[in-house]
Amino acid sequence: MLIQIIDIIYLIAVVLFVLGIKYMGHPDSARKGNLWAAAGMALAVLATFFTPGLNNIALSAAGIALGSVVGMLMSNRVKMTDMPQMVSFFNGMGGAAAALIAIAEVYGIYHGADIGMAVLMLNPNSTFYFYFAALLVSLVVGGVSFTGSIIAMGKLQGFVSGKSVRWPMQKLTNNGLLLLIAALSVLFFFIGEGNEMLIYIILLLSLLFGVLFVMPIGGADMPVVISLLNSFTGLTAATTGLLFDNKVMLMGGVLVGSAGFLLTVLMCKAMNRSLVAVLLGAFNSGSGAASDREIDTTYREINLSDASILLAYARKVVIIPGYGLAVAQAQHVVHELEKLLESKGVEVKYGIHPVAGRMPGHMNVLLAESDVSYEKLIEMEKINDDFPQTDVVVVIGANDVVNPAAELDPASPIYGMPILQADRAQNIIVIKRSMGAGYAGIENELFYNPKTRMLFGDAKKALSSLVEAVKAL
Amino acid sequence: MENLLALISENLQLIYVLVLAVFVGVEVISKVPQVLHTPLMSGSNALSGVVIIGSILVMGKTDPDNYVALALGFVAVVLATLNVVGGFAVTDRMLDMFRKKKK
Repeated sequence: MLIQIIDIIYLIAVVLFVLGIKYMGHPDSARKGNLWAAAGMALAVLATFFTPGLNNIALSAAGIALGSVVGMLMSNRVKMTDMPQMVSFFNGMGGAAAALIAIAEVYGIYHGADIGMAVLMLNPNSTFYFYFAALLVSLVVGGVSFTGSIIAMGKLQGFVSGKSVRWPMQKLTNNGLLLLIAALSVLFFFIGEGNEMLIYIILLLSLLFGVLFVMPIGGADMPVVISLLNSFTGLTAATTGLLFDNKVMLMGGVLVGSAGFLLTVLMCKAMNRSLVAVLLGAFNSGSGAASDREIDTTYREINLSDASILLAYARKVVIIPGYGLAVAQAQHVVHELEKLLESKGVEVKYGIHPVAGRMPGHMNVLLAESDVSYEKLIEMEKINDDFPQTDVVVVIGANDVVNPAAELDPASPIYGMPILQADRAQNIIVIKRSMGAGYAGIENELFYNPKTRMLFGDAKKALSSLVEAVKAL
Repeated sequence: MENLLALISENLQLIYVLVLAVFVGVEVISKVPQVLHTPLMSGSNALSGVVIIGSILVMGKTDPDNYVALALGFVAVVLATLNVVGGFAVTDRMLDMFRKKKK
């Protein structure tokens, strides 16, 4: 009777998961969707505690209490700009949990109570294969998701190099390691009673692979990696569900796995890159075929007072925020500048590239945080029509997303990527640290455009000085 | 090979369900506006913490005096909870900002 009730609650939880994800897809209902999914999770966890014959309930409850307190503290304290690494960290914890569950299972089989499984191993049948296949997937994918997420977090936080880190024969070592993990996993099934040590070796290799897999990928591609690792964690939840014959884990895991994978693909699409290219860290490893197009590399600087006059007397200004703005945490200052200009009768809008910021849609979150009104954030397709009538475009810490080479130069590595056509505006002010290349490592013609003026400096400092200069007018 | 075929026919119902679930997962998010990609990623990350159930179950079948397995299980419970609670809380914070702006 009890078991049937638990099963029904699990079913309700799965329905809540599906509806939650569905509602999260619309701005109006997104918050409700998140709460529904959370409610489904709470129900499922609660129901699990009523599983007949469950040991160590107090200890599990204590673990949940501890995890909840720490989780709430962390999520309340994190800054909005640091959100991506927070998500990556949480995802890594999920992967680690899946791997730990698999290890605990293994330990239980070889050193303890699970006599049924121990007997089964003497005489393997399809159940045996099924069980260990699921277990090994949990172990390997969970391990990769754990270390991979932590490295991804480190790259965004800065304690691991954000650059694409390479070493000699990097592709060979990575592919070789992956093959070795696969080969050892297959070998496991041919060793009569299975082999405990072999499982631990596979785990260690998986942890190592997670590190080596993410290291060569540049920091700006981390959102794609995090999204992919998130779908990996979903997969481990599903295989863990198979281990315990538990439907809510199985269905929840498959849902997250497939949704997460599609999200990864959508993100790559927005950058006009293939997932494979991202995973190989392809930009700088490419043929390096230098473009034949000659660029006149003289650029013009602008001083603060000229920039402030240009902006204050414009009719229409479009601000293009990018990665650099997110890193410098300049979202509040940019809103200040916007308000100031509006008070002087200038029409100010924001042109948002789909992959601006550190994650798709991240720029919207950042600007919303500093109270920029929702209607001022204009999507790329719409704002592109406005540029010819725009007096001044201010590009802040963005580079590749405004590079005309994406439309003009078929030899360019970013050719075909949709861009914000800032070059069609009357005047362009680029706020940037230096003339250094963007993530794609290529020159940007826009900076050498006769209509462009460069304002060098950290986005936050430059904007604050610009605000002062406009005030002083 | 024989084992594999047996495996498939024994679990045919399960396989059907899994295939359909994959389609549901893909279908449900295929029309999401780009603005919501970050919150959605964060929300689905919280959902992948559903392994928390597995951590409770593995604790549930461990002997109270098997300290190694107990320690492994306990750490798994804590980490999975971090994933779930932190994930949902962070998503809620993000979405809260969108809501305020809509007015």
